[in-house]
Amino acid sequence: MSQALDIVARVRIGNRAGNPWRAPGLVIPLAFVLLLLAAVALPHWFTALAPDAVDTDAILLPPGPAHWFGTDQLGRDVFTRVVYGASQSLGIGIGATLIGCAGGVVLGTAAGLTPPVLQRLLVRLIDILLAFPEILLALLLIAVLGRGPTNTLLAVGLSSIAGYARLVRSQVLRVWQSGYVEHAVSLGESTPAIIARHVVPNAVRPLVVLATIGVGNAVLSASALSFIGLGVVPPAAEWGALLADGRNFLDTAPWISFLPATVVAVSVIAITILGRRLQLLLSHGSVP
Amino acid sequence: MALRRFGIIAAVLWGAATITFVAVKAIPGDPVAILTGGENVVDAAEREALVRQFGLDQPLPVQYLRYIGQALRGDFGDSYQYRQPVLEVIGEAAGPTLQLAGTAMALALGLAFVSALATAGRRKGLRTVLAGLELAVLSTPVYWVGLLLLTVFSFYLGWFPIIGGEGIHALILPAIALCLPLAALLAQVLRDGLEEALLQPFALTVRTRGVSETQLRLRHALRHAALAVSTLTGTLFAGVLAGSILTETVFGRAGVGQITLQAIKTRDMPLLLGLVMLSALVSVLINLAVDALYLLIDPRLRRAAR
Amino acid sequence: MNVQLVGRQDLTLAAPASRGTILEVEDLHIAFPSRLGPREVVRGISFQIGAGEILAIVGESGSGKSVTARALVGLAGPGSQVHAKALRLADHDGEPRSLTGLSERQWSRIRGRKIGFVLQDALVSLDPLRTIGREVGEPLLTHGLLPRNEIGKEIETLLARVGIPDPAVRAAQYPHELSGGLRQRALIASALAARPRLLIADEPTTALDVTVQQQILGVFQALAKAGHGILLITHDLAVAAQLADRIAVMQNGELVETGPARAVLRDPRHEYTQRLLSAVPSAATRGRWLSTQGTRPAKPPQPERVEPILALRDIAVRFTRPDRSVTHAANGVSLHVHPGATLGIVGESGSGKTTIGKVALALRKPDAGEVLFRGHAWSQLSERQRRPLRRHIQTIVQDPLNSFDPRYTVERIIEQPLLLHTDLAKAERSARAQELIQLVNLPPDVLDRRPTALSGGQRQRVSIAQALASEPDLLICDEPVSALDVTTQAQVLDLLIALQHRLGLAMLFISHDLGVIRHMSDRIAVMKDGVIVETGPADDVFDAPKHDYTRRLLAAVPRL
Repeated sequence: MSQALDIVARVRIGNRAGNPWRAPGLVIPLAFVLLLLAAVALPHWFTALAPDAVDTDAILLPPGPAHWFGTDQLGRDVFTRVVYGASQSLGIGIGATLIGCAGGVVLGTAAGLTPPVLQRLLVRLIDILLAFPEILLALLLIAVLGRGPTNTLLAVGLSSIAGYARLVRSQVLRVWQSGYVEHAVSLGESTPAIIARHVVPNAVRPLVVLATIGVGNAVLSASALSFIGLGVVPPAAEWGALLADGRNFLDTAPWISFLPATVVAVSVIAITILGRRLQLLLSHGSVP
Repeated sequence: MALRRFGIIAAVLWGAATITFVAVKAIPGDPVAILTGGENVVDAAEREALVRQFGLDQPLPVQYLRYIGQALRGDFGDSYQYRQPVLEVIGEAAGPTLQLAGTAMALALGLAFVSALATAGRRKGLRTVLAGLELAVLSTPVYWVGLLLLTVFSFYLGWFPIIGGEGIHALILPAIALCLPLAALLAQVLRDGLEEALLQPFALTVRTRGVSETQLRLRHALRHAALAVSTLTGTLFAGVLAGSILTETVFGRAGVGQITLQAIKTRDMPLLLGLVMLSALVSVLINLAVDALYLLIDPRLRRAAR
Repeated sequence: MNVQLVGRQDLTLAAPASRGTILEVEDLHIAFPSRLGPREVVRGISFQIGAGEILAIVGESGSGKSVTARALVGLAGPGSQVHAKALRLADHDGEPRSLTGLSERQWSRIRGRKIGFVLQDALVSLDPLRTIGREVGEPLLTHGLLPRNEIGKEIETLLARVGIPDPAVRAAQYPHELSGGLRQRALIASALAARPRLLIADEPTTALDVTVQQQILGVFQALAKAGHGILLITHDLAVAAQLADRIAVMQNGELVETGPARAVLRDPRHEYTQRLLSAVPSAATRGRWLSTQGTRPAKPPQPERVEPILALRDIAVRFTRPDRSVTHAANGVSLHVHPGATLGIVGESGSGKTTIGKVALALRKPDAGEVLFRGHAWSQLSERQRRPLRRHIQTIVQDPLNSFDPRYTVERIIEQPLLLHTDLAKAERSARAQELIQLVNLPPDVLDRRPTALSGGQRQRVSIAQALASEPDLLICDEPVSALDVTTQAQVLDLLIALQHRLGLAMLFISHDLGVIRHMSDRIAVMKDGVIVETGPADDVFDAPKHDYTRRLLAAVPRL
């Protein structure tokens, strides 16, 4: 998956010229992501209802002024559930990405800079982990750990480590063999100083962008797990679980699945675009 | 060189098998209860027989060695749930999944080639629209696309069956749902590869020979882009697998995705082991094929490999 | 069918025989859109090329010479606006046809068929994934000149014509399997394939070693003799001097001077041409500044019989290739550098000169032999013991961007050695950085910028400032001016010599450019295949070369 992230981060969409701060592509997604964060911190600002308040008078109502996203089979307000679900979905997304990146940096740096024998062993370990498609690794972890929000976070995070590790290792090797590391040796810098001052900062820098986009992807993966009934289970309001809930009412009340799914999609798109903008800003920082 | 490569493959597969074995043994719960569908469903004698039949009375190292030994011979034991050899269960499920994945892949390749060839380094407006659309598709959950298709074409328009169904008719919507993210990924990489190739000095040389822009793309740039795409196969395989599980769930199709879910939900260890091992094997084989493809496309690698 | 016949008829003409003007360019303007409106990069230039004539357009980077060449085949680039009073190309029948206002389809019938185009460095200018034969045959196929079954034979004829031995074998090989010289010949063959009368060559020998360059120049000479008109685009005055009948000097999009080669070189009228000519380092420039033409003061006298600051004794360096074969990058190399003096190492690519630089810097451990630096057993010390001594030996490389951490500003780059080797406080370091940046003639505001925002010459000055920060005794310069234009190169070389005089620096100066080496060095070592074939005082080596290879090398250098 990290490779897919890399592609999403790298590929050019429009013209690269111009001031990246001023582009509308930055403001709109940034505003949306801020809105999401607000929903995480202060959900009650967005809705007066409780996410699990059952209202038997309002079962399967279509979207309207009283219930923006309609209601579900128990009369719960879908919009409220989406708002309250944001903290769980984004929390899982961010937590999983942190686990993946942290593990990836440790494993990748070790696999790039340790003595040759250990290095070969670690590279082999990364290879083995990469032989499992990420979803299968996540499913296997769920099978061992059981379902629930924390385990979903762990499963999504742990299964992404190998991908990040491979990326970090290739970056570490690239920097380690670069002209400026050799030049630092000739200036008289010590090896630990070179690793701390040049190798790690330069190798990890591209990860910042990937991690941003990775959050979006982790949200997707977690919601997919919930959707197939192996992540967060109802009645929790996690986005994937919400969707799974509504699957049985597709023919009578499609909004229960459809509108939350739209929120997931728009959120991930916003986070992805934000990540790419961040990359533009970073690359403009070094190439003004 | 070939021997070394073979050793690496063996090591990767052995590592995968071991990790899976450890994971499966770490799954909490009494295997017999799983086998029989509940606690204390069978009496002690029957329990004894089952334990012996599945080798659960042996110490763990022995179970491990037996499992590795049998896996080497392609024997993953019997599924707890289906009570038939794992390979048979997988074999039956593979048909519909391959059909779905194959159709989706073919569609995705077609879409990606057209989109990338038409817009790489030209038609700015269309390029921006398509590339933006691809990014959107990549950020959209597969199951949402599936739900959208179902809602519009099955419920409102009634063109396709809602659940299950037979033949081509039932294949169209799932294949489209699965193909879109694959196509988006392929198109982005292909376009990037083409644009990179078109910026190389050799592209200028080719243009100065009077070769048309389309010929330049087809005869020269496409090979270079193919190199970029072939680095993607691992991601594509993972995407197809994850996508199949989701698509099969949304559309209620039988297939590998469904039995994988069942295996996890019912803790059907032999089946789970078999599935994981097979997918690791397939992903290793794909990587091998890609390496060979590389040698075929890029003559510069041939001497180094020899 | 008809087209094919016409094509074959043309091919039977061994070479375009008719005399007269092939290309006529009058008042050519090329502009590119920019935020401040169209920006003109070529401003009204006019020239002509006759059959059998070689015209060289000489200029520095950014002068507009390359875009001129590309505009002549309709490939000036996206968004370009090309206008000309007249742009006429003689057809195969000798009739002039206008090249203005052509559609893309019409251009594609001109390219390759009526104008052949040769670019720099065939390793990247030929499609690396296709065989030489298919690349050379592509124009024949594209213009439908021959039926497919006859193309193979024609390809062999073409390869033989540009002097490639075993054409049948070579045609089946890939670009990376050929040597640089053969590759460049193949590129020329592909430009000739559809028998154009006009050949445009854009820096065709720039990536090549001098001895190979000489051969390729010979190919162009032969082609001109056979009647082709040739437009040569080059930054190298000496190449133009050797090859061209007429020379046009280009600066900022204008031709400042055009005339017969001899006249332009011997008696330059325009100030820029004069400056350009006097900036080229050679035997004659020793003892004067390159950028101002003034005489430079003699070097302060060196004390007699001092110990060398750097000595290499019997150095051997071996590389093991992936296929387990062993190459000797250096074999029995012995060298001395004396305080305040410059030792020049000259050699072609692969001669091992860069490896020697790395060994001197103790970045590569020799497999045999030893290095002495200021009396220390430099190559035998552990890195920990070496570290405090490293301030005395610093390096300048060809592309300083590679040796700067991409996150650093110029100030931080210059302060890097100060942090390591001095205990100056923050403010003192800043002040020292200011001094150093002025020492290399850069404005102080450069300190806040990043190297990527600087020009090549400015970057090289920054790297000199960094090297001088730790007050070294010895500079290892590895091709320090090879990426620079000749006038920038002149300024950097002048700066290095001025600093050497002022600070008493010793230099190990590595270059492939014999003129630069001769201008800079007191003593010279000539390297070939990891061995020093000849060493001695600069004048002796150049005026009375003893080794056969030195003689061949000197003979191959184009002269002004």
